[in-house]
Amino acid sequence: MHKYIFRRLLMLIPVIIGVTFIIFTMMYFTPGDPAKIMLGESAPHTEVAKLREELGLNDPFFVQFGRYVKNAVIHQDIGRSYATKRPVLEMIITRFPSTLKLAALGVLVAVLIGIPTGIISATKQYSLFDNIAMVIALLGVSMPNFWQGLMGILIFSVYLGWLPSSGFNTPAHWILPALTIGTSTAAIITRMTRSSMLEVIRQDYIRTARSKGQVESKVIIRHALKNALIPIITVVGLQFGYLLGGAVLTESIFAVPGVGRLMVDSIKARDFPVVQGGVLFIAITFSFVNLIVDILYAFVDPRIRSQYK
Amino acid sequence: MSEEKKLLEIKNLNIHYITHEGTVKAVNDMSLELKKGETLGLVGETGAGKTTTALGVMQLIQTPPGKILSGEIIYDGEDLLKKSQTELRKIRGNKISMIFQDPMTSLNPVLTVGEQIAEVIKLHQNVDNSQATEKSEKMLETVGIPKSRSKDYPHQFSGGMKQRVVIAIALACNPKLLIADEPTTALDVTIQAQVMNLMNKLKDEFNTSMIMITHDLGIVAEVCDKVAIMYAGHVVEYTNTKNLFTNPKHPYTIGLFNSIPNIKDDEARLKPIKGLMPDPTNLPLGCPFHPRCPKAMSICSQQEPCRTEIYKDHFVNCFLYENVDNKS
Repeated sequence: MHKYIFRRLLMLIPVIIGVTFIIFTMMYFTPGDPAKIMLGESAPHTEVAKLREELGLNDPFFVQFGRYVKNAVIHQDIGRSYATKRPVLEMIITRFPSTLKLAALGVLVAVLIGIPTGIISATKQYSLFDNIAMVIALLGVSMPNFWQGLMGILIFSVYLGWLPSSGFNTPAHWILPALTIGTSTAAIITRMTRSSMLEVIRQDYIRTARSKGQVESKVIIRHALKNALIPIITVVGLQFGYLLGGAVLTESIFAVPGVGRLMVDSIKARDFPVVQGGVLFIAITFSFVNLIVDILYAFVDPRIRSQYK
Repeated sequence: MSEEKKLLEIKNLNIHYITHEGTVKAVNDMSLELKKGETLGLVGETGAGKTTTALGVMQLIQTPPGKILSGEIIYDGEDLLKKSQTELRKIRGNKISMIFQDPMTSLNPVLTVGEQIAEVIKLHQNVDNSQATEKSEKMLETVGIPKSRSKDYPHQFSGGMKQRVVIAIALACNPKLLIADEPTTALDVTIQAQVMNLMNKLKDEFNTSMIMITHDLGIVAEVCDKVAIMYAGHVVEYTNTKNLFTNPKHPYTIGLFNSIPNIKDDEARLKPIKGLMPDPTNLPLGCPFHPRCPKAMSICSQQEPCRTEIYKDHFVNCFLYENVDNKS
């Protein structure tokens, strides 16, 4: 198992280099001269040329890429923001806790709603509960997040005045964004739990468990759920990874100072180093979440565990 | 068959599966009985209703679509169909156990075999965890698996070993009745013999009655005291093993025996029963076997034959014998 984790960590290196290369290439070929953006459109030519020389923008592509990687590895420096002149890494790291908190709360809400609902829906397939849950889940999946967020603000902040509409300082601020993210994610988890459980509860070993005289609740939790978990973990992991990249719309609506909003603001301001660093950061977090998901598989399923040895 | 020491008595049992495509009449008017220590063979083609009968006794029919419409299943003097789920749970795995057909899928892949055996012990016996583990290890050794393997998972075992584990689970609480649903069908021939010998040995050791579901007449000859031949949800012939093998009466039973190849015969082709099993959602009127029966008469397509005792303890559902008086 340790060997497997180590091997997987090593495999992250080529992934990260590949991602860096792709992002760097895209940014390199994006129209717009960074020196001009920094100095403003009206800056004199000589100034722009001087800055280009300073920034090394006249060097060939691979020299620039090599320099970027070297700085990133040796000095943990992935550039400075054109707008604020602050190091990109520092900007992302200061924003990350809010994003992490929002993602964790959202996924927690989603799991707490989604898994029990999915289990009950599966065990009582085609019942009234199942039908209602599936309609709500369908609504949850199809309703755009930003609309849900706006409706939440309208009802709970504007009309009822129960919750603050923006900011992310106190637990009261967390509720609306977490619910906005949580409910739509819950819908996906509910549907996945239901279909996975439906498949498992028809298996022969479930009949074996019943033939032992086991009570139904234990048949479902001990025998069925554990077998149904793999696809559920996959979905939860994917959603969590996706949210760690910043729930762009939700963060924007609720003015959460997270990575997603930083990205949107930087794209608008053509602040290339921040965008580049941000995408790289998101790719790396996603890879880590995937690794964690793969490790969780092994904990849940002994067949996968034995392959890892 | 005499009244003494009946362990199980099935009376006029009807089980149907109600689906969108129609009603599958899986078990029709079935009556059987089993005395203590006896082994009853339930023989028939795939889809004849053998497994449904077994699941009916276990009360594990998936509802919906399955439904026990009428009848009685009397175990040790009490009708199982009148019992609550809580009462049934105390019987399942404890007094009546079942060995399922496919050992590959009958064990939970994410629990160790030790845990799976210990589970049934904990459910029915007043033991703590360590005692249950100890007992489960003992049970593993009883079925010929070293106890050091109790912490292994099902995927680490071969098919024959898995079936031994399933047998260990079924016998862990020393049940009075064991239902074995084609326990050797999924295994290869050499392992089949091992598993059958093991089951026979344990059955004698634990003094268990058994219902052996199979379509292998060889197994019947080897282990069963009496046999019920099933066709399309009906018991067509019901007698002791000796009578069945020396003097089969129902045309379907005769057809079954004829379709077994004989090494001494110089035949180039097998002799199958012509035709196919009827569609269970649309059984023919009258005797369900009449479209394939070489001796069919006009009455066979109009009325269902009743159970007739043609000799002592030899019952046949066939119009060929309905007018024969009881002789012994």
